[in-house]
Amino acid sequence: MEENTEVKTEAVNTAPAGGNFNDNLHGENLTERAKVLSPSATVAKRFFRSKLSVIGLTALIVLFLFSFIGPLFSPWKANGGTAKDYDTIVPIGTYKAFEYTGPDGQVYEAYDIVIDDNLLPYNSLGQPSGKHWLGTDKEGNDVLTRLMYGGRVSLTIGFVVVILETLLGVLLGGVAGYFGKWVDQLIMRIVDVLSCIPTLPIMLILGATLDSLGIVTISKLYYMMLVITLIGWAGTARLVRGQILSLREQEFMLAAKCSGLSTAKKIFKHLLPNVIPQLIVTMTLGLGSVILMEATLGFLGIGAPVGTATWGNIIYLANDSIYRNYYPNLWLGSGICITLAILAFNFVGDGLRDAFDPKMKR
Amino acid sequence: MVKYIIKRLLLAVLILFGVSVLLYFLLRLMPGNYIIEKFSPAIGQGNMTAEDLKNIMAMYGYDLKLFTNEAGDIIDFQVNNSLGNIFAGYFKWLGNFFKGDMGVSFKYQIPVEDVITDKMGISFSISLVSLIIEVLIAIPIGIKCACNQYGKFDYTTTVICMTLMSFPSFFLGNMFIKLFAVDLGWFEMGGLNSPILPQDADFFTRFGDTIWHLILPITVMVLLDVGSLMRYTRTNTLEVLNADYIRTARAKGLSEGKVVYKHVFRNTLIPLVTVLASTLPMLFGGAMITETVFDIPGIGQATYAALQEGDVPLAMSYNMFIAVLTVIGTLLADLMYAVVDPRIKLGK
Repeated sequence: MEENTEVKTEAVNTAPAGGNFNDNLHGENLTERAKVLSPSATVAKRFFRSKLSVIGLTALIVLFLFSFIGPLFSPWKANGGTAKDYDTIVPIGTYKAFEYTGPDGQVYEAYDIVIDDNLLPYNSLGQPSGKHWLGTDKEGNDVLTRLMYGGRVSLTIGFVVVILETLLGVLLGGVAGYFGKWVDQLIMRIVDVLSCIPTLPIMLILGATLDSLGIVTISKLYYMMLVITLIGWAGTARLVRGQILSLREQEFMLAAKCSGLSTAKKIFKHLLPNVIPQLIVTMTLGLGSVILMEATLGFLGIGAPVGTATWGNIIYLANDSIYRNYYPNLWLGSGICITLAILAFNFVGDGLRDAFDPKMKR
Repeated sequence: MVKYIIKRLLLAVLILFGVSVLLYFLLRLMPGNYIIEKFSPAIGQGNMTAEDLKNIMAMYGYDLKLFTNEAGDIIDFQVNNSLGNIFAGYFKWLGNFFKGDMGVSFKYQIPVEDVITDKMGISFSISLVSLIIEVLIAIPIGIKCACNQYGKFDYTTTVICMTLMSFPSFFLGNMFIKLFAVDLGWFEMGGLNSPILPQDADFFTRFGDTIWHLILPITVMVLLDVGSLMRYTRTNTLEVLNADYIRTARAKGLSEGKVVYKHVFRNTLIPLVTVLASTLPMLFGGAMITETVFDIPGIGQATYAALQEGDVPLAMSYNMFIAVLTVIGTLLADLMYAVVDPRIKLGK
């Protein structure tokens, strides 16, 4: 099916060219005859031709709108992701009527009053209803609104990590690839060490350490993400180094050398732009993996402090077998959001990879 | 070749040294020292003195700082985490490590290597079974996708693969438990054996029961990992299909089936061998989250519990174990590449 659209666009592009060919032999109207697309326009065209990338992009836009615009439409407005419902009055105690035979032989109607400490003066663990589409959690927060606030943290934290990781990776990978020799040896050995370190156990240690240092605000998550960055740049550095090693030997670099350009200019102006396509793809896929990391940390209960709305913290509830088995409305939504976000980033990343690949003829 | 291997092995030692320094420092930062927590009540009751604790801690390479009041009584103690002391502790650990003594797990009270060997069996069996199933599914479907590139089958498989790859393991696991164990009641929620299984059940009943419990976790692991393997197979097959020797095979009049099964299939396996070699850490290291979700007493779950309770010897050894496996996996991948593909020359 896609094959057909390809043929059609080609036909449209070449038809007028063929017609005008004999009239403009001098080449003055060359731009008119052949539609010249800039490289970025070609990439964009290829990207939007793929259905999956468009689906991914749409899903991302929807998720961002859901998280950033969504709370404006929610009746449960609140700060910090808590959206308590005090309107629905829930009795603090319950009573049970039973029949009581008194010493006089008469049957009385008696009441057994149970004060339940667990029930709170707000709508705790409400089932999904018209008022709360996804119900409420134990603290009486509207789950859907919390999900929206959670997305704000979960979706954006990835950008910071990925950008820092890329900067660090490009800098060190570029230096290693360009200078070679002992610089390369040193940096690549550090990269080797970092890629041997299992991330999850390190995060568990770090989570406990930060707790003991008394860091219990959202900044705990930022510190953890910083450490992920410090471990994660190794992959980018390896990629950049590999690319630069092969690019360094090509003719245009010889030309750059002959023109007497400075080292910094050679690296940042002539070598790195050639690595950018791969970097963009890695960054997009990296965004998905940071969302997964945040969710994993949240699920293990070591990420953002309890109470902060993030997708990971919401799915943490699935650890409790009662919530897992009888209140899927509490955690299913966040799981779907996480999966959808990762999937969307993967689709977009894959689409970009294909769009950037000059060998792809489609 | 031999020279290359020796060089790589020496490099591996260097890398592992770096990893161990980094890990040890991180672990020393961990709060909640298990030993202090364990013996604090004894000191409070007067059954043990702070000096005894200091001696015990010294066995593990820790230095305990004792604080005294004017009268000379010990009022408080704290682990000395100065740089020099951490280094001293590290070299003590390194010395013991070379002697083959990895320490005694605080939590399980047996040598660390025994904990690892005890718990590894179940993790390894689950991972191995999942890996075999993954390979059996991924390779044929991946090749089929590549042969009908951009066809309907390829498109559907790609979407399914990417969706499965995007699922977080804990989400898929919990969903499966909710759906298949709680709602439908087909499988068990977790663990290895039912609590209602009689104590004198024979081996086969017990084994069958375990298999029954493991169906869900293995399914989850296969579903999570099969996607990447399938896509890898597909990409490789596409590359092979464009190779000159495939054109030659077709040109000399071989049937399409023969081209695919005899020429494409074999060459597709080359890069796959390297991928399989790099799954080594996953194979032996267990899946921490899946094991925790399904309550499987494997190495992953054991380490997760150990890390939460500050069991430094076990955490240190487990992380080093994973690091060693990663290094070996990478080396093996490179060597296998040269073995299966004679065109590749090692030594650079």
